[in-house]
Amino acid sequence: MSNQSAARKSKEYVRPMPVTWWLNRKTYFLFMVRELTCLFVGGYALFLLVLLAQANDADAFAAMLNSPLSVVLHLVALLMVLYHSITWINLTSKVMVVWRREDRVSPKWIAAANYVVWVALSLSIFGICWKIAGT
Amino acid sequence: MAANDADQSGRKIILEVFRYRPDEEDEPRFDRYDVPYREDWVVLDALNHVKDTMDGTLSYRWACRMGVCGSCGMMVNGEPKLTCATFLRDYYPEPIRIEPLDYFPVIRDLVINMDDFLHKLDDVQAWLIPKEERSVSEGEYRQSPAELARYKQFSMCINCMLCYSACPVYGRHQGFIGPAAIALAQRYNLDSRDGGAEDRAEVIFSHEGIWECTFVGDCTRVCPKNVDPAAAIQQAKVAATKDLFMSVLVPHGTKEQ
Amino acid sequence: MTRSNEPIWWSLFSAGGVVAAFFIPVTIILTGVAIPAGLIDVGKFNELIRHPLARVYLFVLISLPLFHWAHRFRYAVVDLGLKGLDRVLALLFYGLAIVGTSFALYYLLLL
Repeated sequence: MSNQSAARKSKEYVRPMPVTWWLNRKTYFLFMVRELTCLFVGGYALFLLVLLAQANDADAFAAMLNSPLSVVLHLVALLMVLYHSITWINLTSKVMVVWRREDRVSPKWIAAANYVVWVALSLSIFGICWKIAGT
Repeated sequence: MAANDADQSGRKIILEVFRYRPDEEDEPRFDRYDVPYREDWVVLDALNHVKDTMDGTLSYRWACRMGVCGSCGMMVNGEPKLTCATFLRDYYPEPIRIEPLDYFPVIRDLVINMDDFLHKLDDVQAWLIPKEERSVSEGEYRQSPAELARYKQFSMCINCMLCYSACPVYGRHQGFIGPAAIALAQRYNLDSRDGGAEDRAEVIFSHEGIWECTFVGDCTRVCPKNVDPAAAIQQAKVAATKDLFMSVLVPHGTKEQ
Repeated sequence: MTRSNEPIWWSLFSAGGVVAAFFIPVTIILTGVAIPAGLIDVGKFNELIRHPLARVYLFVLISLPLFHWAHRFRYAVVDLGLKGLDRVLALLFYGLAIVGTSFALYYLLLL
């Protein structure tokens, strides 16, 4: 590098990226929310783990599930995990490339298929539990 | 586009333009220009009007003025845009803030240093590495429409770098290979004539390659040519995963994309 | 630049994402709405989870989402500004997911 271009390079202006970058644009903010739903995904896994640890003590098991705090946390978690599910299905449908000759199957159909499977699975699982353990 | 054929109604619009003159000042500033407003003008027209009639010192890049060369990318009200494809009427009567593309060093005014991006095109070997060498006398490489369709979307990239300016991962760490470079690597990897996927894998499948990407998706949102680099990157992640698992399960097997 | 081992963690993250997306909402409804509301009997539910298929279901629902959290949260923290900590965070978070998985296996065998 010549002295001239070295001098020019050192005078280049570098704009710092703010730590609050994710607040500066709506898409960035929604991205961060989407990422942080993982806390509720992990949190629920942890809840199940703790629940299992007490499963052999029937009273403690029931108490944990019936506590008001548990219900409140579940509802918050449900909202967050639903946001995860919807963004996940929408995103992965864009990544799954399915070709029909020269045309690509639109991600909308792939997403639709995923939603159908999601609802079907959910209803089946709830139905099975209802059948076996319903009051 | 002389001043005398400007909008007869005398309507004006304000441009707030980022100025950086390293030979005169250490810090950048914003200059305000009151330019004529015309329904059919784009931001580039307004900048050309400034340079032609008001302030000849303003520096910026542009060329084709029709959205195919990728030269005129700038931040318009905080969004990466091609200024030749961004209409004043979408902002009128509010002022328009024009800044150099984010996450690139500024050489002067609205001109950024794009060396980093150009080096990355080299790193990913963004050109055809033929599967089989053919001499001219053997004739052309043949490709069916279905084979073309596999990579066509990723071939639409005009190297405008708007995606880099939209990518917070690149913003935080310029070592990240970035959306366009990875999309272009995929463009060649998916080309039936190409045999260079292995060569590119060393760069693409490294941590600074696809793995730093957290699928923010803004690159795809701002791309003026609908390349969808985010999808290209995620598809590359799938390819890399298959590659790793295959190399573990079939250590001496042939490697194909 | 060398090829990364990221695919391992990314695969676990992806699998965890799929499991979380498809199965966690209904399970939350079961444990957070149906049982407290009395639609599902908690005693019978305690019996139900001991079935081998239920144990597999619960194992998958604990382990994979933990790996999903680990990978995603690691990158979220780095994205939020703590860039230098990536290595440490990876070790810590994936480690926690492995520990959680081990405990899940342990408790599910003890059931």
